[in-house]
Amino acid sequence: MGASSGPRRLSGMQKQVLALYRGFLRAARSKPAEERKQIESVVCSEFRKNSKQVDRKNFIYIEYLLRRGKKQLDQLKSPDTVGLSSLSVDSSRTRGSSS
Amino acid sequence: MSRNLIKEGVKKMGRLTKSERFPILEGHPIGQQHGEAAVESVGNLKKVMKLSDKDKKRKEFRIYRWNPDNPNQKPFLQSFFLDLPSCGPMVLDALQKIKGGEDSSLSYRRSCREGICGSCSMNIDGVNTVACLKPIDTDTSKPTTITPLPHMFVIKDLVVDLTNFYQQYKSIEPWLKTRKPPPDEREYRQTPEDRKKLDGLYECILCACCSTSCPSYWWNPEEFLGPAALLHAYRWISDSRDEFADERLQALAEDQRRLYRCRTIRNCTACCPKSLNPANAINKMKTRHLTERTREDLEAEPEPRFGQA
Repeated sequence: MGASSGPRRLSGMQKQVLALYRGFLRAARSKPAEERKQIESVVCSEFRKNSKQVDRKNFIYIEYLLRRGKKQLDQLKSPDTVGLSSLSVDSSRTRGSSS
Repeated sequence: MSRNLIKEGVKKMGRLTKSERFPILEGHPIGQQHGEAAVESVGNLKKVMKLSDKDKKRKEFRIYRWNPDNPNQKPFLQSFFLDLPSCGPMVLDALQKIKGGEDSSLSYRRSCREGICGSCSMNIDGVNTVACLKPIDTDTSKPTTITPLPHMFVIKDLVVDLTNFYQQYKSIEPWLKTRKPPPDEREYRQTPEDRKKLDGLYECILCACCSTSCPSYWWNPEEFLGPAALLHAYRWISDSRDEFADERLQALAEDQRRLYRCRTIRNCTACCPKSLNPANAINKMKTRHLTERTREDLEAEPEPRFGQA
C-alpha cells in the first residue's frame, strides 16, 4: 500500500476479499433488522481481525479463508438461514486456537 | 489374531491357480490384477515378518500436512514410522494406526474400509486411489508418500474440498426421468439384457480419483464435468427406462466445454480403483452424439440438391 499518488490500486486478491465482504453485507440486508445488525457486527469483526492477524503475503491461507467465506456466504444467502450463530461459533473457535 | 488369519488366507490362496483365485472376477482382468496385487503384498508381508532385523520391518510414511489453524505453517510432508507386522495390510490401516497411536490430529476421510464408499480417496505414491484398497508397499527401503488428491483445494491434511465435484454430479441430473407413469403403477421394469448394459457404469462410487487425475479437469475444473460425472451421465443415457437420453446428450454436447473438453487422455481409466472405464463411456457418448448429428444434418439438407447434380 505504498502508493502515495492517486487512488490506491488493489491487487486481485484484495478485490476478492472486498467483494466477499460486500456480498456478506448485501446478504445481511435480506434478514430481519435485528439479525442484520448482529450479522454485520460479526462479519465486520471477523474481517478486521483477519486483516490484522494474517500476513499480507500468506496467499495460501488467504485463499483458504476466501473459499471458506464463500461457502459460508452461500449458506447465509439461503432464505432458510435466519441468523449467524454458526459463524460466530466458528470465529470464536479460530480466535481461540490462533491466539 | 489377525496375523493368523492372514497366514491362513495366504496358505489357502497359494494352493489355488491364478484363474481359480477370483472366480467372482471372471471377465474383469483389472479387478483380478488388483486382487493379485493384494495377495502378493500379503505374501511379501509374511516374508517381512520373518525377518529378525527390526529396522527392516519399519516402513516410513510421508504424509502431507496442512492445518488452517496454524496459518503461518506452510504445507509439508511429515514422516511417520510404522512396524509393518503390527499393522493391517492396507494403506488405510496404516493411517488408522498413525492417527490412533502417533498423531491424533491427522485428518482424512474414511468410512467403509472396503472400497464401497469412496471416502478415503487420496494420492498414494503418485497414483490416485482409495486407501482402503491399496496394499502397503512392503519394500521398507523406500518411503510411501501420501498426499491429497491433486489439484483440489485442501481443507486440512488429506481432506479436500469436493463441493464443485458434487455440484457437477448434480448437474447431470442423476435420477430416472420418464414421461409416462409406470405401466403397473408401481415400478419401471427392465429386462435382464437391458440391465446388463449398466454393468461397468453403475459401480462408480464417486471417489473423485478419475476426475482429479485428468489434466483437462485440472485446467478447467469449473467448465469440464470430469470423467466421474460423465460416466454417470452415460449410465443414465444407456438406461432403458430413462426417456430423456437424447435431451441429456444434447445438454452435455451443446457447447465445446462440458463433454468435448475430454481429450481421451485415459488417465481416468488407468487409475480407477473400481477398474471402470470412464474414457470408454465418454467416447461412446461422443460417437453417439456425432453419428446422430450427421444423420440429422443429412435429413435437414434440402432435397433438390440431389436432383441438380
